[in-house]
Amino acid sequence: MIAEAGHYALVLALGLALIQSTVPPLGARWRDAALMNVARSTAIAQLIFVAASFAALVTLHVTSDFSVVNVFENSHSMKPLIYKITGVWGNHEGSMLLWVSILALFGGLVAIFGNNLPLSLRAHVLAVQAWVASAFYLFILITSNPFLRIANPPIEGRDLNPVLQDIGLAVHPPMLYLGYVGFSISFSFAIAALIEGRIDAAWARWVRPWTLMAWIFLTLGIAMGSYWAYYELGWGGWWFWDPVENASLMPWLAGTALLHSLVVMEKRNALKVWTILLSILAFSLSLLGTFLVRSGVLTSVHAFATDPTRGVFILLILCIFIGGGLSLYAWRASALKQGGLFAPISREGALVLNNLFLTTACATVFVGTLYPLALEVITGDKISVGAPFFNLTFGPLFLPLMIAVPFGPLLAWKRGDLLGAAQRLIGAGVAALIVVAVVWAWTLGGSTFAPLAIGLAVFVIAGALSDLVERIGLFRVALGTAVQRARGLPRSSWGTIFAHAGVGVALIGIVCETTWNSEYIGSMKTGDVARIAGYELKLDGVSQRQGPNYREMVAQFSASLDDRLLDTMTPSKRAFTTRGSTTTEAALLTRGASQLYISLGDTAGDGAIAVRIYHKPLVLLIWFGPVLMAFGGMLSLSDRRLRVGAPKPARSLRGLQAAE
Amino acid sequence: MTRKQRRLTIIGGSLAVLAIAAVLVLNAMRDSIVFFSTPTMVAAKHIQAGKRFRLGGLVQPGSLARGDNLVVTFQVADGSASLPVSYKGILPDLFREGQGVVAEGALDSSGVFRADVVLAKHDENYMPKDVADALKKQGYWKEEYGAKPNDSAKSAGNPAASRAAQGTPQTEQGALR
Repeated sequence: MIAEAGHYALVLALGLALIQSTVPPLGARWRDAALMNVARSTAIAQLIFVAASFAALVTLHVTSDFSVVNVFENSHSMKPLIYKITGVWGNHEGSMLLWVSILALFGGLVAIFGNNLPLSLRAHVLAVQAWVASAFYLFILITSNPFLRIANPPIEGRDLNPVLQDIGLAVHPPMLYLGYVGFSISFSFAIAALIEGRIDAAWARWVRPWTLMAWIFLTLGIAMGSYWAYYELGWGGWWFWDPVENASLMPWLAGTALLHSLVVMEKRNALKVWTILLSILAFSLSLLGTFLVRSGVLTSVHAFATDPTRGVFILLILCIFIGGGLSLYAWRASALKQGGLFAPISREGALVLNNLFLTTACATVFVGTLYPLALEVITGDKISVGAPFFNLTFGPLFLPLMIAVPFGPLLAWKRGDLLGAAQRLIGAGVAALIVVAVVWAWTLGGSTFAPLAIGLAVFVIAGALSDLVERIGLFRVALGTAVQRARGLPRSSWGTIFAHAGVGVALIGIVCETTWNSEYIGSMKTGDVARIAGYELKLDGVSQRQGPNYREMVAQFSASLDDRLLDTMTPSKRAFTTRGSTTTEAALLTRGASQLYISLGDTAGDGAIAVRIYHKPLVLLIWFGPVLMAFGGMLSLSDRRLRVGAPKPARSLRGLQAAE
Repeated sequence: MTRKQRRLTIIGGSLAVLAIAAVLVLNAMRDSIVFFSTPTMVAAKHIQAGKRFRLGGLVQPGSLARGDNLVVTFQVADGSASLPVSYKGILPDLFREGQGVVAEGALDSSGVFRADVVLAKHDENYMPKDVADALKKQGYWKEEYGAKPNDSAKSAGNPAASRAAQGTPQTEQGALR
């Protein structure tokens, strides 16, 4: 019953989406307010039906109804409740349902909180949103229905892939999707602006909070996915330049560029045409990511070939929306009026530079990700493009960007003074040089690149702080006045400072981890001691334990530093009987921002276990940086300016907060 | 500065950055791309020692031997040829005899493939794409390597249920992504 109800609700949502796709644009054409307002009610109703459909699938998973194929494939009655719920999106069908649910959620939010939008703009935005939604409803209903039944229901399910039974991966996909799909809003706004042939600073003010929100979720989602890979896969690696990771990085880069160009458009009414293009690109890359991950083209050409419906269907959606969006852009963009002038050395100029480097870096990731696929299709040669490629392309492009980051906020709009900005950054530059010297002296004979990179990171952080010092006049005016000014500083300025500092923090983490990571691989017996980076790790013993749906072998290590016992670490190896597979649960010991990492390998005949121990200096900064960036984004999102001009400011404020 | 000059500055700057990026990409393409081979291709092409490539195939059942100090050796086969591989370290959770594997490294002078990376993927049923394609090309592909229940569930009624009834866990496949 529940499965059928869920299926039916999804069909109804498709019907509503089709109405929402057609009626409001017609209303806008005929200037009929009633028809345009249809968009609002259908968007909200659509959200309700999709939510009902999603709730139905969650209920089926929680109640372990194995007569539904999707539950049977991915669940098990003994699985802990939390993973029964998160298992809903741990598979293809469920994750696509989550995708459209989030799309409907964003559409509904625009409908509910978009009262201050011009009627025709709202009608067009929601219509474009419904075009995307209709395409994906059709995709789910035709190729990936999660509500299919089995004629003879089995008694037990096949369980969820054990590596997915983890809290990190439970939260990662929804976050990532909130980011991916959030860019659909800026896409819809861009298409609506092109249809209407009108775009102004107010447009940027409406789009900015949505883009910012999507960007925050995407930032956190990527960071969380990276941390999950770090502790769950047992290799201690946090970024593999895997196509699946690149698929999420590309929209992030385009989205970051978009955020910055939106600032120019809002403040200076310039870069309109470019901003529209970026909005289309950011969502196109999100769609591309969905295609890469969901069509099976990456994991197996075989799956793609034997069941082409899915892949071809998404490819079709991809072509229609990207092709259509870009064609509309080519046709209409020239109709948009030119914006304000600015000199190359100015805040606008700096933001253009930022956009240039971010999009170029994004393009190199794009080439590295799609070139192997293209080459295979054309010549049949199989190649793999791995970390070395990206280090040689992405890295050199990010370097000048990092140098430029502190200058941007210090330049004035319209016409900036580079020398003046440089003078104000002398403090930051000196701090960076001191750090380079200290790190170089401390690690004498080691890498020469690492101290320089750390110096660059310190320059970015110190640059962000000098921006703050400059704005509040610290050291120039009395402390009380400076504090007063700091309080009065717009939240978006604080946001910039935190986000930029976050970039530097992440860079320090990345450089330290990759350069001074130490590793011990060996086989150990009870009583053996491994020494790494000054720490002593003694294997105290091995025991067996029974979990809810697995059996695990737990090794107990006592970690000590200078003969002082710090803590015990218990890495384990879990055997999941249902799927006959094992997972490695690494043990982590956090010391400041550094971590000790132990993961287990095979047990030999004589009882010795293979262990892999890492000491990862300052590794946590890699994820702390993105968290800082996201926090900066949130501060910026709560800025008063993003609400000013709205007829009902208090209401839209609540809206923004509720959506966080 | 006029609008035209401004536009020229921006276009010039963009072209410069794009040119740099293109040079970087082409340079990286030349140096850091790793080709994929199967044992048959290795035998046919005579790859010189020291040249890095990826080797893919099935781990020959019964060939896995563990030495001292975490050294493991095994044979990678693709039906018509096989190649000895030596690796020092911990094998991924999903490494099994008879299963697909991808190793990265280079041949040494004695013709042994010295791997420094043995690829682990998230899904135990995941057959590395390159291996699947290569096996298919040579006619060694078995449907159970790649069949997904989701696909078959659609095409043929409900084989998922019948498969469960037969109790053949080795055909169980999971679609992770």
